[in-house]
Amino acid sequence: MGFVKSLKCRECGQEYPKEPIHVCSFCFGPLEVEYDYDSIKKVLTKNLIASRSENMWRYKELLPLDGEPTVGIDAGFTPLIRARNLEKVLGVKELYIKNDSVNYPTWSFKDRVVSAALSKAKEFGFKTVACATTGNLGNAVAAQAVQAGLESYIFMPANLEQGKTIGTLVYGPKVIGIEGNYDGVNRLCSEIAGKYKWAFANINVRPYYSEGSKTFGHEIVEQLGWKAPKHIVVPMAGGSLILKIFKAIKEFKMFGFIPDADTKLYGAQASGSAPISTAVKNGWDTIRPVKPNTIAQSIAIGNPADGYYAVKTIKESGGWAEDVSDDELVEGIKLLASTEGIFTETAGGVTVAVAKKLIEQGRIPRNELTVICITGNGLKTQEAVLGRLGQPRLIRATLDDFDALMEEDTSSASPRGTKRVLAAAKKK
Amino acid sequence: MPVTVRVPTPLRPLTGNAEQVEVTGRSIKEILDNLESRYPGIKSRLCDEKGQIRRFINVYVNDEDIRFQKNQDTPVKDGDRISIVPAIAGG
Repeated sequence: MGFVKSLKCRECGQEYPKEPIHVCSFCFGPLEVEYDYDSIKKVLTKNLIASRSENMWRYKELLPLDGEPTVGIDAGFTPLIRARNLEKVLGVKELYIKNDSVNYPTWSFKDRVVSAALSKAKEFGFKTVACATTGNLGNAVAAQAVQAGLESYIFMPANLEQGKTIGTLVYGPKVIGIEGNYDGVNRLCSEIAGKYKWAFANINVRPYYSEGSKTFGHEIVEQLGWKAPKHIVVPMAGGSLILKIFKAIKEFKMFGFIPDADTKLYGAQASGSAPISTAVKNGWDTIRPVKPNTIAQSIAIGNPADGYYAVKTIKESGGWAEDVSDDELVEGIKLLASTEGIFTETAGGVTVAVAKKLIEQGRIPRNELTVICITGNGLKTQEAVLGRLGQPRLIRATLDDFDALMEEDTSSASPRGTKRVLAAAKKK
Repeated sequence: MPVTVRVPTPLRPLTGNAEQVEVTGRSIKEILDNLESRYPGIKSRLCDEKGQIRRFINVYVNDEDIRFQKNQDTPVKDGDRISIVPAIAGG
């Protein structure tokens, strides 16, 4: 394998050799991996893909390694489920959930990008890997670094959710908490990356790292039976995932695997950190950075690096963007859990709530195939729903207590509080 | 006492590999002009044909993004620290 020709500046087109670099030296534009698509076309077929193991590397010709993957090779190929209960609630005909909340090994879509980034880092010969993170990336880098026998440094905002922090610390990396928000962490890491010669997943190996996101889109198309959906709703933080899903669909169209690539892409943000959706809704070409204020920390990026291209992609595809409040995103988490049995994190709550909003606005037609992208797991952001789900009802370990509780339930449509049940039980 | 400018890696060939340089000026615009006269060619790398700072470059004065201030008109004073940082992907 090995179909990468070079790196190319997305802004000015300047080409660079395959190295651990991420910005154009001339215009600072982001570098993108350039493939020899003609050669890939000669070897890659739908049958070949279907014959391979169910992980993201079944599309390995379209991933940026020179050799075979060595790190995180079991990531990807997460379930795409038909969301029949959610369809009824939202009043739509055909709705799917692409569920990366059960990705391997750390329950978010970041397992994909990190598998690509660390496999590439090993090819380059790095011994230390690092990242700036809002949580999920840190979890994935720390876990996969252990698998790969690499040392890791994780830089994160000091006030991250407990689940995200513990979900990094447990793997034993060097963890540095930084005062302030993620944008500050990023800025510091950019300076650290210039000084220490490590593989920073989202900085100097970003061109390779971000290609891993494409497999999220490849899988949606394959799992739909080699068909591109009409509409995809994607959470946006830095804005990279939405670009890469579009790129994946276009790649499959280029190879003739699907007849059309007419998918409309919709970006989802939290209103407290919505620089990209604000730009889309106002028709701006440029991004005005914001200072994030939302509980959706995993997507709280006020200065999104790929924001400009995310806006372009959304426009080009004919899609749209929306944002929702923290209350709405909590309702989104509860809606997905109570209809489909999927507990997603805050970013997933944003995506579900935005999908609902877009359907209600008529932007997403009710009769066309739609996919909602769920990228992270609710067990990592329990603070978001803490105190908003009620409490377990307490009884003593007696059948009498339980019978009293059942009596309450059957005599009233809405179950009453624990205290009342206990009081009733005591009377007997 | 002039201001300190942290130079990003891609521009260090222009500053004789200096990681930071000291420049005078009262605003970001003046700093950019003075950088250009000291290190010819540097401004065209930071700014587009219209003189706007390129969209993938973030400029900070003492850790505050100038887009939250007055962009190129953001005032600077002696002892300030200016960072020029390429945009970084999410995480």
